[in-house]
Amino acid sequence: MDQESVAMDSAPATTSEEQAPKEARQRLQALAPAARSLAVPVLAVFTGLVIGAIVIAVTDPVVIAAYRQFFRAPAAALSATWRAVSTAYGALFSGSLGSPRQVYQAIQSYASTGDKALLLQAIYPITESLVASMPYIFSGLAVAVGFRCGLFNIGVEGQLGIGALAAAYVGYSIVGANRLVHLPLAIAAGAIGGAFWAAIPGYLKAKTGAHEVVNTMMMNYIAFRLSDWLLNGPMKAPGYRPITPVVEPSAALPRFFPPPLRFNAGFFLALAMAALVYWFLFKTTLGFEIRTVGANPHAARYAGMSVTRNFVLAMVLSGGLAGLAGASQVLGVNLWVGQGFTAGYGFDAIALALLGKSHPLGVVLASLLFGVLRSGATRMQSLAGIPVDIISIIQGLVILFIAAPAIIRWLYRIRVERAEEVVLTRGWGA
Amino acid sequence: MTTIARSAQRVVSVGRSQGMGALFLAIGAAILVLFGRGLEAGQKAKFGLNPGFKSQAIPIPDLELPVQPTIYALGLLILALGAWQLIRGFRSADAVLGIVAICFVFAFLTWSARGKSFNLVGMLGSSLVRATPIALAALCGVMCERSGVVNIGIEGIMLMSAQAAVVSATVTKNLWVGLAAAMLAGALVSLVHAAMAVSFRVDQIVSATAINIFGAGATSFVAARFLEKNVNGLNNSGTFPVIPIPVLSRIPILGPIFFETGIIVYLMLFLTLAVHILLFNTSWGLRTRAVGEHPRAADTLGINVYLMRYVSVILGGVIAGIGGAYFTIGSVGRFDEIMTAGKGFIGLAAMIFGNWTPFGAFASSLIFGFADSLQIKLQILRTPIPSEFLLMAPYIVTMIVLAGVVGRAIPPAADGVPYEKE
Repeated sequence: MDQESVAMDSAPATTSEEQAPKEARQRLQALAPAARSLAVPVLAVFTGLVIGAIVIAVTDPVVIAAYRQFFRAPAAALSATWRAVSTAYGALFSGSLGSPRQVYQAIQSYASTGDKALLLQAIYPITESLVASMPYIFSGLAVAVGFRCGLFNIGVEGQLGIGALAAAYVGYSIVGANRLVHLPLAIAAGAIGGAFWAAIPGYLKAKTGAHEVVNTMMMNYIAFRLSDWLLNGPMKAPGYRPITPVVEPSAALPRFFPPPLRFNAGFFLALAMAALVYWFLFKTTLGFEIRTVGANPHAARYAGMSVTRNFVLAMVLSGGLAGLAGASQVLGVNLWVGQGFTAGYGFDAIALALLGKSHPLGVVLASLLFGVLRSGATRMQSLAGIPVDIISIIQGLVILFIAAPAIIRWLYRIRVERAEEVVLTRGWGA
Repeated sequence: MTTIARSAQRVVSVGRSQGMGALFLAIGAAILVLFGRGLEAGQKAKFGLNPGFKSQAIPIPDLELPVQPTIYALGLLILALGAWQLIRGFRSADAVLGIVAICFVFAFLTWSARGKSFNLVGMLGSSLVRATPIALAALCGVMCERSGVVNIGIEGIMLMSAQAAVVSATVTKNLWVGLAAAMLAGALVSLVHAAMAVSFRVDQIVSATAINIFGAGATSFVAARFLEKNVNGLNNSGTFPVIPIPVLSRIPILGPIFFETGIIVYLMLFLTLAVHILLFNTSWGLRTRAVGEHPRAADTLGINVYLMRYVSVILGGVIAGIGGAYFTIGSVGRFDEIMTAGKGFIGLAAMIFGNWTPFGAFASSLIFGFADSLQIKLQILRTPIPSEFLLMAPYIVTMIVLAGVVGRAIPPAADGVPYEKE
């Protein structure tokens, strides 16, 4: 359809009556590339969900049993398949978005009696999804900033952990401070912790050409060991569990609803950070330099930009964002740090940055989607008995489809677009 | 090269050689200060030279060393090496660095084992076993990257083949079927990576990351959905027995370490040699390396770049599959979620540390395995150093090596660059 409108528009329009539709068409045409660039991610997610449904169906014992009788009762087999998939995905989406009927009833009851309890219950699933997407936004942005500079920061996981530990330390060790001082201090500690952890591989890349993928990976493991030691030693809370003490209330991100709702100001901080990253990357000279180095380091060097300085800068920013992910999770949701805190955010973040095409808005949208999937998966596990790991399967497939758009284009017969192919990484070499 | 550049290089190399000397002196001083201080005279450290298990090896007396003289001797030796390096300079400072490192580790062991007994052979044997999956992962990496395909998806490949191994071995009640299934699984997953990397020219690191995420998700999904409910029918295979090799296993020290162990360790030792011969002594290996260094030139000479890359990546996958089998049918006989615990990534580090050669990869895997098993021993000996820091050491060393401070890690020139036929 887009193709046709483009073709029609190329014919010269001369008469004044055609002026109005032409303007409209022009506006459409301006939207067309955006729509087309959305096509691959949307279809990738869709295909991932379809394959996820197939996996759910073929691993369901009831469905398998029904298919043994397929030739005698094909309708039963098909309905069993439908039931398995719809139960699972129904639970996934009702667990992450809430059911519309419940929301409607809750609003009615609030209007008639003024009782907020039902309303809070009805919005609980969707606020939990937003809570889940908060660290995703930060960590997805972290990987995206790296990608924009041609760096693959696979160490978000470790940077996030160090950021979380730093934020937790400032959060619990300062007692009796004003929230206006304490909270920003704790958040800043998280960002600095993450930035420091990323600065080391960034510096090594700039100085010696050592590939950042290996070094950030090594830094991950060093971070895991360091946090094992800290949680069992210097930062251990009294008691037998290897966790840090709970952060002071003055360092916690403010929450908007009474418990168990955990929705907090961190979400808006994440959105603000996405806007800030957009402004930085696309509206400032430094951001332009970073993107130029990412697109073509040789051209950047000839233009007089310091490639090495931009490598370090991009890594520091990336690590800072990863640290913020950890800080927001500690100060907003968990309030303490335990073992296994980082829980695969680093790898999820790569998926998010790819899905969002390394654009802050895309990352936010992808994070909201993953937040929905992750928080709904827990309910899907308890209601439909589908292990949460199905989300990782879908995620892996989505990355594969995004990375190889040829598959998606072939599946859906999309014509090849003449879009720029973003170079994400380069080999190990110097 | 201009004279200025050449003299600058000489200055750099002189600086490096002096830095190395200073490093030796620092290590020697560290031994004397850290370990030599506060030692009781006459204390002894006993190193067990017979394996802890019932072995075929001829028993030999244990090694009993006086702690204080040993540590002082090692410290002074390193100081002397450092002084020589500063004044005259060794021709191969890196080799001397290796000796210094070994001396340091031995001094550390002597200090930790003071007044106690420490089974050296047992620990070396467990180092080899722990190094096995790392070495297999590293060999997979060498195969792939020598042909110019970066493969950081080894972790995912190993997880999936580990699960394939244990399930098929349990169902058929035959461990060999399990091993074959693991190799097949490794080959199939690698085929996906090869198709992505070679045919679709996808960013190889991204494609491998997808494989890692998918592998972790798929194996955990299967484990939660099927294996947990039917452990005995699906997830209880038993393990390969220890097979002593006649005659060789009777050699003291070496016998129990190398010749009285499991089939997968033997396979790993064999594959290290096989990959080396394949890559460096056959025309096929020459072609593979040519494809990894300069695909355009290789293509001009009529070598099928795509085919060579496919074959190398799939062979690498078979090796990684054996590495995956180690985790289940080679060691515990069941599958646990995310049981590879980053060994695939460590294998990658070992590959880089070993400068993309099979022997180098094997040797560095041994270092990683040694650190791993030493850490457990030290917990038993109650050394005041937190074991977490010891576990960090291999990663830090890898970063130092990669930074070119010690030696220089040089990857194949076309590593990770998709090739497009004109």
